[in-house]
Amino acid sequence: MEPLLSIRNLRVAVDGREILKGIDLEVCRGEVHAIMGPNGSGKSTLAAVLAGREGYEVLEGEVLYNGQNLFEMEPEERARAGLFLAFQYPVEIAGVTMATFLRTALNEIRKARGEEALDPLAFLTLARERMEWLGIDPSFLHRAVNEGFSGGEKKRSEIFQLLLLEPQLAILDETDSGLDIDALKIVASGVNRMRAPERAFIVITHYQRLLNYIVPDIVHVLFDGRIVRSGGRELALQLEEHGYDWLRTDGETVVLPTLE
Amino acid sequence: MPTQQDELLERLTGSEYKYGFVADIDEELAPIGLNEDIIRFIWERKGEPEWMLEWRLRAFRHWRTMEEPRWAKVVYPPIDYQAIRYYAAPKKRHVQSLEEVDPEIRRIFDKLGIPLEEQKLLAGVAVDAVLDSASVATTFKEKLAQLGIIFCSMSEAIQKYPELVQRYLGSVVPYTDNFFAALNSAVFSDGSFVYVPPGVRCPMELSTYFRINAARTGQFERTLIIADEGSYVSYLEGCTAPMRDENQLHAAVVELIALDGAEIRYSTVQNWYPGDREGRGGIYNFVTKRGICLGKEAKISWTQVETGSAITWKYPSVILKGDGSIGEFYSVALTNHHQQADTGTKMIHIGRHTRSRIVSKGIAAGRSNNTYRGLVRILRGADYARNYTQCDSLLIGNACGAHTFPYIEVLNPTAVTEHEATTSKIGDDMLFYCRQRGIAEEDAIALIVNGYCREVLNHLPMEFAVEAQKLLAISLEGSVG
Repeated sequence: MEPLLSIRNLRVAVDGREILKGIDLEVCRGEVHAIMGPNGSGKSTLAAVLAGREGYEVLEGEVLYNGQNLFEMEPEERARAGLFLAFQYPVEIAGVTMATFLRTALNEIRKARGEEALDPLAFLTLARERMEWLGIDPSFLHRAVNEGFSGGEKKRSEIFQLLLLEPQLAILDETDSGLDIDALKIVASGVNRMRAPERAFIVITHYQRLLNYIVPDIVHVLFDGRIVRSGGRELALQLEEHGYDWLRTDGETVVLPTLE
Repeated sequence: MPTQQDELLERLTGSEYKYGFVADIDEELAPIGLNEDIIRFIWERKGEPEWMLEWRLRAFRHWRTMEEPRWAKVVYPPIDYQAIRYYAAPKKRHVQSLEEVDPEIRRIFDKLGIPLEEQKLLAGVAVDAVLDSASVATTFKEKLAQLGIIFCSMSEAIQKYPELVQRYLGSVVPYTDNFFAALNSAVFSDGSFVYVPPGVRCPMELSTYFRINAARTGQFERTLIIADEGSYVSYLEGCTAPMRDENQLHAAVVELIALDGAEIRYSTVQNWYPGDREGRGGIYNFVTKRGICLGKEAKISWTQVETGSAITWKYPSVILKGDGSIGEFYSVALTNHHQQADTGTKMIHIGRHTRSRIVSKGIAAGRSNNTYRGLVRILRGADYARNYTQCDSLLIGNACGAHTFPYIEVLNPTAVTEHEATTSKIGDDMLFYCRQRGIAEEDAIALIVNGYCREVLNHLPMEFAVEAQKLLAISLEGSVG
């Protein structure tokens, strides 16, 4: 099966400093990949480059999404083609209600899929259903985008958007950070509900904890801009046990203990 | 390396002014320059009574003793007042009915989306159309007259209702008020006049559309609205001008008078030619607008959407004289390219239990400068007066400026004033967030700007809120239109 996302030897610099030093990764539909790594390993850079944020210089390599060169697509084109990023730090937009913002977004995406635009009523019906899945109060839609949201509300809002926009590839950038265990469970239940044979997830996290609730098919360890190991779920548990010090570099080479 | 933001700004600043055409109509022109003979010329052409000539000459003589104000945060070369034409009026304008309006004039207003046939107009909107120095048509006059409402050009009011005009003209903005008000009093040529009798609720929006057409000509209109006891009127003005490399002067005066329990809503959608992307040309808009709540529990509400003009100098104000009266000011001022706006309001609390509310939204893009300047003055006798001011600035790009000068003077210890201010920026982060959700950059900006202005746009009459929303988008877009 052709992978949904295929990253080959991706090298990326920010302000002239190389952050990603040759990433290879294939993600197929139906899979959940976890990317773990210490702070500064390049996790969020990878998410940002895939979504098309400015200020990242691609030095080498290519990324194919559905067989298309991702770097030839504008950020909004990627979004309309089903690539979704749950932001680590969603921005506030004063005066624009969640309802207006998300109906505009959903209708842009639907247009790209060749579907009819949803009128306000149909949108509300759909949005309310998805909000219920996450236990979000209906008044949420009338609030300004992310304005005055608590940390937990922001994360829940990102997952709600995922549920609403039904992407093909969802990238969760440290969605678990700052969440208590109850909020974490709710967020995870939303994601699990969306798991489907035609959809893939990349879950970026610092901690193993989230992976107790969103069980990944494959775990990758990102360290100093490279994927230094990939494995099953047990890899995450080992990281939890030994910590990232386990991966400290020794000169140029990464020292990795052999897994039994 | 040019960022996407730069490219976007490039596109924004490339936007076209849609109303920049010039029409070839036969106009009667005064010689260029200003002296007492020119004032007599205007007075004669308009066939005004003797007292108007005296009024004009008094204003002119006072004006000559005055200095152009320079305290606003705007920069422009000195204006040569002797290089301006003070009167230009279409020759074929004296008509008995709307059907007789010169087809060429009709075409101008059709092109601007203001058809002068009543059946084509938005139901519920009466229009007075002013071209350069003269009113060329007023619609729905008869229908309004049945209710006792007078809606006509200022020239007609001077002829037909001299007692009302003499009583109220200059009563809110005397010719001594400021340099531009004095100039306007000397040379004003037309404008709209409204009188709503006691207890009458005006059933339709009244509106004036101001159009500058002639070159090297200033427009000096004068609007006077009187709402008698317990009456209500909503009034809207719109304005456009041709694209020219020279700067043209527009110095209007608007006076509103609300008696006991009367309410006046005055809305402006100002879209004078703003100049080109290098800052060449555009209208200098020096306008004095002021209302007085003369009676108890009267209410005056200003709403303005300012997107045009090279320079905007404008402070629609309310004098709250009657006890329990209310003054409101809702403003969106958008500047792009090299535009400069110095705008705000004055709320003068005289009566007891008077209340005022100021909501100002400034948006600066390109290399423009956008200034809010406001005064809240609570006088000694204004027991329990209240003011709430909210003053927000939004910046797009890195080359523009937003400035705020709020003045608050409170002489009464029982008064309460509140002032809130924010400055924000449409940053790359905000745009990226929208784009990651599938919304293209220009649509994202329009969405953000409209959201930011929503509170003000909600105060416009419904039909115009939609227009204003589009206008904001057009003023920011490059590829659309």
